[in-house]
Amino acid sequence: MSGKPVIQVRDLTLEYKLKSGWTPAIRDISLTVYEGQIHGLVGESGSGKSTLALGLMRYMAANARITAGTILFDGQDITHLPQNELRKLWGKHISLVPQDALAALNPSLKIGQQIAEIVRLHEGISSAEAHARAVEMLNQVRIPDPEQVSRRYAHQISGGQQQRVTIAMALIARPKLLILDEPTTSLDVTTQASIIELVRDLMRERNAAALYVSHDLGVVAQLCDHVTVLYGGEVMATAPVVPLFTRPIHPYTISLLASLPRHTQATETRLRTIEGAAPALDMRTTGCAFAARCPAALDKCHAARPPLEDVGEGPDRYVRCHRWREIADGTLVIETAPGQTQGDSAPLPGHVLKAHDLNKTFNVSGMFELLTEKERTGVRALNDVSISIRARSTLGVVGESGSGKTTLARAIIGLEPADDGTIDLMNQAISLNLNGRTRDELRQMQMIFQNPNDSLNPYRTVGDALARTIKRLSPDLTRDAVRARVLSLLEAVRLTPDYANRFPNELSGGEKQRVGIARAFAAQPSLVIADEPTSALDVSVQAVILNLLKDLRAREGVSYLFISHDLRAVSYLADWIVVMYLGQIVEVGDADQVYALPSHPYTEALLSALPTPDPTVNHMPIVLEGDPPSPRNLPTGCPFHTRCPRKIGKICETDAPPWQDAGGDHAIRCHIPADELLAIQSKGAP
Amino acid sequence: MTGFLIRRIGLLVITLLITSAVIFLLTQVLPGDTARLVLGRDARPEAIAQFRAENGLDLPLPMQYVNWLTRFVTGDWGTAFTVGNAPIRPLVLERLGNSLKLAIMTGLFSVPISILLGVIAGLRENKRTDVIISVFTLSVVGLPEFVTGLILINTLALGLDWFPTASSPPGADILDWFRQLTLPALSATFVLMAYIVRMTRAGVVDELKKPYVRTAALKGLSYRTVIVRHVLRNALLPTITVIALSFGWMVGGLIVIENVFNYPGLGRLMTGAVERKDLPLLQASVMMVIFFFASANLIADLLYGLLNPRIRLE
Repeated sequence: MSGKPVIQVRDLTLEYKLKSGWTPAIRDISLTVYEGQIHGLVGESGSGKSTLALGLMRYMAANARITAGTILFDGQDITHLPQNELRKLWGKHISLVPQDALAALNPSLKIGQQIAEIVRLHEGISSAEAHARAVEMLNQVRIPDPEQVSRRYAHQISGGQQQRVTIAMALIARPKLLILDEPTTSLDVTTQASIIELVRDLMRERNAAALYVSHDLGVVAQLCDHVTVLYGGEVMATAPVVPLFTRPIHPYTISLLASLPRHTQATETRLRTIEGAAPALDMRTTGCAFAARCPAALDKCHAARPPLEDVGEGPDRYVRCHRWREIADGTLVIETAPGQTQGDSAPLPGHVLKAHDLNKTFNVSGMFELLTEKERTGVRALNDVSISIRARSTLGVVGESGSGKTTLARAIIGLEPADDGTIDLMNQAISLNLNGRTRDELRQMQMIFQNPNDSLNPYRTVGDALARTIKRLSPDLTRDAVRARVLSLLEAVRLTPDYANRFPNELSGGEKQRVGIARAFAAQPSLVIADEPTSALDVSVQAVILNLLKDLRAREGVSYLFISHDLRAVSYLADWIVVMYLGQIVEVGDADQVYALPSHPYTEALLSALPTPDPTVNHMPIVLEGDPPSPRNLPTGCPFHTRCPRKIGKICETDAPPWQDAGGDHAIRCHIPADELLAIQSKGAP
Repeated sequence: MTGFLIRRIGLLVITLLITSAVIFLLTQVLPGDTARLVLGRDARPEAIAQFRAENGLDLPLPMQYVNWLTRFVTGDWGTAFTVGNAPIRPLVLERLGNSLKLAIMTGLFSVPISILLGVIAGLRENKRTDVIISVFTLSVVGLPEFVTGLILINTLALGLDWFPTASSPPGADILDWFRQLTLPALSATFVLMAYIVRMTRAGVVDELKKPYVRTAALKGLSYRTVIVRHVLRNALLPTITVIALSFGWMVGGLIVIENVFNYPGLGRLMTGAVERKDLPLLQASVMMVIFFFASANLIADLLYGLLNPRIRLE
């Protein structure tokens, strides 16, 4: 790297005081970020990446301490710098772009004030001047109408704009080092694409150094120059982005890359997974941190911690593995090819579920509106939505927040009944409302929830939770029969029988989600509705869950309604896909058709916004203008016309678009005929 | 905003109507007959019948209620036979004024000190200062008002002679306010302090855990600025509600303190009316207490909405 180093971390160890005593959270970390460089810090939850990111700016929890190593910032040793000196660096020379922008902004201070106070403090300028600077900065992070936005509160602007505000805050004092802590994790893909583009442009312009913390390998591959991979609080590998992704030499990096879901033609493929879960802080061993989950671990890996070794490819590539030489010269091959599912998993003829013309309007009203007002403003969450799901198949529902995908799931399960429309389960019409359904109808449809933490009762063992569901749906079973069923369910989700006696807090996130899946299957359902079942999980765990769902489909013959904002996860599991935007289906087809051209312009943008975990692919996302319109006030004509890069004219604003037949089951709701769409989309991005 | 106000005031009126009906019914089932109470135990049946007819006491209950309510709303609150047939309205309003004076004085004492203690306790969560403040405020609230009141009288009034042992309503003179009201207001402060301190402490503790505090600290702002400018404006929101509600409560709820200091407030008037079964007087004073309590509630909601930009008053 040509620039001079901005921050140099040498052999840093930081410990937390736990009940069991002082425990290292990060160990022997070395890391250098240069001027003009975006350095990616990759790791799963518990890897210590946030501790490191905040620790190197010396922001630590009250129960944390640095026990070894040095931090040099701009040549100055800040390892033990007193608090009042640190404050002169924070906000001015080192700044943080936090995760979850809404929570990171003060809810009761105006946006403009929150930005302006930084320059008032560090540059001592008047409040009028500071306000002008804040507005100018909002303009630079491409917020339309910055003067207006500066007078709003955080909750009054969209999620994407909130994140832009945090970037404006971090950059206003022109810092030398910017630390970005998962700044796009809670955003939709299209918003993420525009934020990444913004960060890249601003960093290039300013020649500052940036540390970009993320668990998303795609984002890191597309944005960063150099990448450090953390696991269990240690650096596993550090390298320039291209060799790290194209020639990985650490088993963890290799396995992580192999566990990413991708769109595959064959329904019977299984993802490569990393078995087990990341070790807890106080459960780390003396050997290699990754040994317990490593497919190539030898005895010495469990016994002794490997050193961080120079790979000898220039000054910047290091790896911590006993066997990296074997991997590098090809004598040791870590298996990455996808496996095969057991059993037949092709869709069967006949439909499990057909929903026709579901509509749902949420009334935004409290008690008073109900008493006093006849006319209410409604949020149209579902607008004539029709879907059908074949037996032993998966229908994927894709869309961003506000698209109505979760409302669709809840309407089908009957928790929030649709206002009108029909639902047929196994060719029998059923009540739209949960309360109007028979016990058998309830049994047939089960749900897996997004957050396994919130959907398991913390005071019930896993066995109890499963037994309860079994007994509720088949009350005649004897105790022994119930017990046997519990054990077979645990086995089906690859948990050993002793898990029956554990409480949810003794389980990892992935294990909890497996229990959630077991509970859904306890009823022997014919349709399982999974609402973002993997979005709260780490990449390596996500692969395990996706494989499990695929195996269970073959074994139990169930169908899935799989809802996700993650197009890769959907594509891995789904046979058919519907794409939703603002409560409407805009495209429907089998998975291959939806992922190929022609696409609805919205689908096209969604697909292009997905960052590819390959830095050699030149990624050119279609960046959508602005935010999705409010569902309270839907646009006329085509709902997508306000942001559509392929808009053809007035007709898009006035007329609802017709369904265009794109061959087979593939249909696109657009004013442009399918063959014309194919022609213009083949020419490349608009 | 206007719509919100109109609706909330509508709700206030409904609340008052319902409670007035409840009060009316309750006073009807109280033992004792107004006619007998007024005319005496030996009154002749004819006289009683005549009295009942003259005062509409022979009408069906709903009619009596409507009559009473109409008179009450038009300002005719009747006379209090236990206070020499004095008109009720000026009497109740005067006592109400006295109660408000005491409430204001108590607010001036209790609010600043409680918020200060609560903020300090919250900032030092689970440290020694926090424990000391919590133990102190909780032990003070545990002491009954007549105990703290008597201690204050014995030390500051009888012992040091700084204040009178019995408080009378102060006039326009500020010094007179302090002289007359310090002791009862201190007593009431002891009662209220624990609630306000706990609420403030909880608010501060909750807010300190929120990510925006880290954002503020990492701007390089001083600890003081982070707390004063960023944390307190969010942390004190729930406290404001508690303060407004306590104010409503103090109008009719300081009965014990008013008795200890022999202070002519609304609480004492009410208890007197209950003891002597003066139903018209009781009804009027309870209506006032409820009116102030419900209004304090409304003001609490309004303040909360105005100070919290996340709430839109619509």
